[in-house]
Amino acid sequence: MSDCRRQWNREDELPVYLAGPIPTGQNLRKTYGMFSSVEGAFESKTIDFDQYAVGRRGSRTPRSGSRERVLDAGDPVGKTSSEGREGSPTDSHGETDDVRPGVVVTQSSAKESPDGESGRLLIKGGRVVNDDQSLYADVYIEDGLIKQVGENLSVPGGVKVIEANGRMVIPGGVDVNTCLMKPHLGAQPADGFLQGTRAALAGGTTMIIDHVSPEPGQSLLEAFECWQEAADKKACCDYSLHVDIPQWNETVKDELELLVQDKGINSFQVYMAYKDVYQLSDSELYEALSFLKQLGAVVLVHAENGDLVAQEQRKILRMGITGPEGHPLSRPEELEAEAVFRAITLGNRVNCPMYITKVMSKSAADTIAQARRKGSVVFGEAITASLVTDGSHYWSKNWAKAAAHVTSPPLSPDPTTPDHLNTLLACGDLQVVGSAHCAYSPSQKAIGREDFTLIPEGTNGVEERMGFVWDRAVAMGKMDENQFVAVTSTNAAKIFNLYPRKGRIAPGSDADVVIWDPDSSKTITAKLQQSTSEYNIFEGLECRGGPALVLSQGRVVYEEGELQAQQGAGQFIPRKHFPDYAYQRVKSRNQAQSKQGVTRGLYDGPVCDVVPTPKYITPSPSARTSPTSHQPQPIRNLHQSSFSLSGAQSDDYIPRRSGHRVVAPPGGRSNITSLG
Amino acid sequence: MAFQNQKSNVRGNRLIIKGGKIVNDDQSFYADVYVEDGTIKQIGEKLIVPSCVKMVDAYGQLVIPGGVDANTNLHTPQRGMHPADDFYQGTRAALSGGTTTIMDHVLVEPGTSLLTAFNQWRETADQKACCDFSLHLDITRWHEGLCEELETLIKDQGVNSFLFFMAYKDKYQSSDSQLYEAFGVLRDLGAIAQVHAENGDIIDEEQKKLLFLGITGPEGHVLSHPEEVETEAVYRAVTIAKQANCPLYVTKVMSKSAADVIAKARKKGIVVYGEPITASLATDGSHYWSKDWATAAAFVMSPPLNRDPSTPQYLTSLLACGDLQVTSSAQASFSTAQKAVGKDDFTLIPEGTNGIEERMSVVWDRAVTTGKMDENEFVAVTSTNASKLFNIYPRKGRIAVGSDADIVIWNPKETRTVSAKTHNLTVEVNILEGLELRGVASVVISGGQVVLEDGKLNVAKGSGHFIPRKGFPDAVYKRIRARSKMAEARGVPRGNYDGPVHDVISMTTSVPPTPTTRGTTCPKTQASLRNLHQSGFTLAGSVHERGTHTCICRILMCFYNLSRLSIYASCVKGALFLLTTRG
Repeated sequence: MSDCRRQWNREDELPVYLAGPIPTGQNLRKTYGMFSSVEGAFESKTIDFDQYAVGRRGSRTPRSGSRERVLDAGDPVGKTSSEGREGSPTDSHGETDDVRPGVVVTQSSAKESPDGESGRLLIKGGRVVNDDQSLYADVYIEDGLIKQVGENLSVPGGVKVIEANGRMVIPGGVDVNTCLMKPHLGAQPADGFLQGTRAALAGGTTMIIDHVSPEPGQSLLEAFECWQEAADKKACCDYSLHVDIPQWNETVKDELELLVQDKGINSFQVYMAYKDVYQLSDSELYEALSFLKQLGAVVLVHAENGDLVAQEQRKILRMGITGPEGHPLSRPEELEAEAVFRAITLGNRVNCPMYITKVMSKSAADTIAQARRKGSVVFGEAITASLVTDGSHYWSKNWAKAAAHVTSPPLSPDPTTPDHLNTLLACGDLQVVGSAHCAYSPSQKAIGREDFTLIPEGTNGVEERMGFVWDRAVAMGKMDENQFVAVTSTNAAKIFNLYPRKGRIAPGSDADVVIWDPDSSKTITAKLQQSTSEYNIFEGLECRGGPALVLSQGRVVYEEGELQAQQGAGQFIPRKHFPDYAYQRVKSRNQAQSKQGVTRGLYDGPVCDVVPTPKYITPSPSARTSPTSHQPQPIRNLHQSSFSLSGAQSDDYIPRRSGHRVVAPPGGRSNITSLG
Repeated sequence: MAFQNQKSNVRGNRLIIKGGKIVNDDQSFYADVYVEDGTIKQIGEKLIVPSCVKMVDAYGQLVIPGGVDANTNLHTPQRGMHPADDFYQGTRAALSGGTTTIMDHVLVEPGTSLLTAFNQWRETADQKACCDFSLHLDITRWHEGLCEELETLIKDQGVNSFLFFMAYKDKYQSSDSQLYEAFGVLRDLGAIAQVHAENGDIIDEEQKKLLFLGITGPEGHVLSHPEEVETEAVYRAVTIAKQANCPLYVTKVMSKSAADVIAKARKKGIVVYGEPITASLATDGSHYWSKDWATAAAFVMSPPLNRDPSTPQYLTSLLACGDLQVTSSAQASFSTAQKAVGKDDFTLIPEGTNGIEERMSVVWDRAVTTGKMDENEFVAVTSTNASKLFNIYPRKGRIAVGSDADIVIWNPKETRTVSAKTHNLTVEVNILEGLELRGVASVVISGGQVVLEDGKLNVAKGSGHFIPRKGFPDAVYKRIRARSKMAEARGVPRGNYDGPVHDVISMTTSVPPTPTTRGTTCPKTQASLRNLHQSGFTLAGSVHERGTHTCICRILMCFYNLSRLSIYASCVKGALFLLTTRG
């Protein structure tokens, strides 16, 4: 298994197509095998709390009796761990260590070494909470992997023991929506990969999936590599990447194929908003969805009706409203719900799994819930901000505060929205909690001080995500702890094919583990946060529940308020295509839904002659472009007009398409009918 | 003018209808009706009328306002072919079924003037129509230049409803932006927006896919126009109308889910109306799989009839409870030979079904005899609601003193069987063939003339009048007006932000958004109008201003209004001036 591990670390050296599939593949099989052997572990066994009370040494002594057996059986384990001791620091930091001789590294290894073998850890006396069940068990970690889960584990001596004292041991959070490098007018977010992942770890999130946002015209691959490079240097926790598709054309197709096959990307975001920048028309969406479905990718949708948003923005600016309140005014809830509805319709038609990012309003969430009830394969993602706060702050007299809340789709002004979304999350109608963390400083936000459309969009939330889900859903009694694990990590891991490597505490899974303290309570403030943004939209809110200790890749990175994150420790986690969770149903529907024509005799009755009327030659440009208020005089195509060779025509204002889209049946079409 | 005179002469007729039960949308009562000069002069018992008046006996029958069919296409060409049933045959069939007013759609081909098309239609109808008619305009390519024509049409020509297509990609389809703009204009002028609601983009892709799969028969039509696509477009249209605060009329509601969307939107208070048609109330889409090509093709229309056999009942129920308001026929009948143009490719089959003649009977049979609806509601959905929405009430759609003498004597007990052999249209296939319908118009009076009596039709070609309709129909616009006043968004008065502002550095890597293959050439070309401003920047283009320049580009991209731009321009120019003077 450690071989396996090293392959991930050094995946650059391997043929990429090998590096991608292996991790989940092998782990998957091993996990189930090992996990089932543990299944009996919790019957008729009790944890001897008295022994723990004596202390670490006391707890270790009784085990010494069974130690020889362990050493016999676990010889290879010992070997790999010693390898790991030398190998793992260099491995995990990868090439970046060469660049920055590790100040951070020595610090952390110095801290670990007194406890004994680095990379070996035993979490004792915790209640292991997965999305399906909770059980009292110890967790033994070695080499960044969970090796054993159960009671009375036989572990080698000299392991560092962490006392969970009955607290919950949960899989580290997976935050599937962050934008830590998304530029706005050339400005990078205040929180880059370093600060963002530090904040994530401090909040109990041990993996992020960040959005690669290429500009239209930019190569997706280049953008991806740029993001990956930056993240490899800076990220403190494991990460993966979504790639946004800013436009649709043939080159993009090739790049997408490459990204899916070789780079381990299985999710792509398309935009229905940002007219004339990122927005795709319905036809393009249809094509994109069909293509991505063949590749086995999950399609993320930013769902807002961009046409109407653009119109509303114009209107609001014309009315003289330039402050941040113009943002929610120009993006009313209906536009979000409408786009969600349309996205789901497209998804249904193409039979492609859809993932709606940032569900911000009740009606959008209800639309998703209804579609799921009708059997659509669609997932909805609530974000920290939408679960906790509402859009009333846009009307704040304090410009900086109002601007800090600007995100798209905007927070709904309806104060009952957070409660409603929490309820839907608890009952499974929404599946995932992201953060949509994209923190800009007030001075960056001030780019739009005279025009709300220029305010960079994004709020913080990566650090507070887990805590607020606990506070708003579990502490309120809407959700149980298992569902909490499901929405904060397991579901996301399943949808994006990281499961069971992430999102589960089971032998073979990555040692991304959080010891969760449901009783802790803290007040959110920008002063005490890890994120560098100067304004926290949750400022002053109290939050029950928080991580007591966070393990990332088997290392303690956060303990009782102290963060020991290591820059560049995060690894890129490749994700295989065709995630089962999303695609199983799609595959069988594909087979079920084959369409058949009716076999008829040939029609032999009279056929009306179509008078060849050379009509308007002018299909409109692909339908969703701007209104035609001032159309230019197009160059008249002499081939298309048989009537006049020159001069203005009555239909000159109509734009002309360079090419016709001709629907031709197989075998061609008869001359008479092709003129229509 | 001579033509007009002739018409009024014909109308100088006197009639008394005796012994019937008058049914309006609000109440029923027994009374006699006296008609003179094409209008209803008296209603009551024991009327004092001049002698030698023709008497119509209505004992035991209902006296209802003549039907108003709000959606017909009697002149709309498809692929250069005019429907088999034109204004003469169409209105003749309408009268025989108890419909005395039709509203026909004027299809304005892209690039032609609205007024020209309108005049052409009106001229044709004036010559041929046997019953009163009014016209909707179908706008196939919206641009701001149409505003003037719209104003003329609404204020002077008596057209207050305009239809937009969300389907027929690259042909008639309007984008969301266009719809939003158009709806705004229509609201200001007091007109009603109608939509043909189907997502044309998806249909286009599905059609390609099906043809690629080798499905060329009429079943491809229904496969490529799935229910969801209709529902989605209805949802979008409702959203746009809500944003623009414009009344919306969804033509041809063919599926359960689309009807549900309308019902829900109405529950949320949106001003939207839905129109099921004869075909969707009477039959379902199973016939598309008929082995007989001609039968299958006869059912081709958009949105298609739904395959779900419970759809007709469901729509009838919604109609009865008021969630849907108007019934029409969407009559557009093409002969089998015309339909056969698409014998090798379903996308070429001319779309449209018959229904103008059977409409009233279908509603009576499906809704009233089954107990879903009472006779007053029957009158409401067949005539009164449409008259109110399109502002011809109480001239049409009511039996009252002063209303037009368009009266139907309805015999609820009689039945008739629909057949292409006996119907009054010229098409060879009737989609309702063999259906037995209870409830028949036994006498029809149009403009004071008895046109149907004892099963005999007696119509005069060209006797129909154009009915102008004024803007701002009360039934629709009272709410819209009040909302316009309420919906003023207000900004927050704040002090100026005086904190630090991040410099916008234009990075070399960030490519200015260049829409490449997306056909979004319009914003670019639009910007060309503002060239002066833009070039002002580039001339001044020092390194300091590059950031602002990208800002401005972004602004231009989103085409903000000129005033804001010039403020920006002057600010930047001012700053530049300072810099240069210092230097």
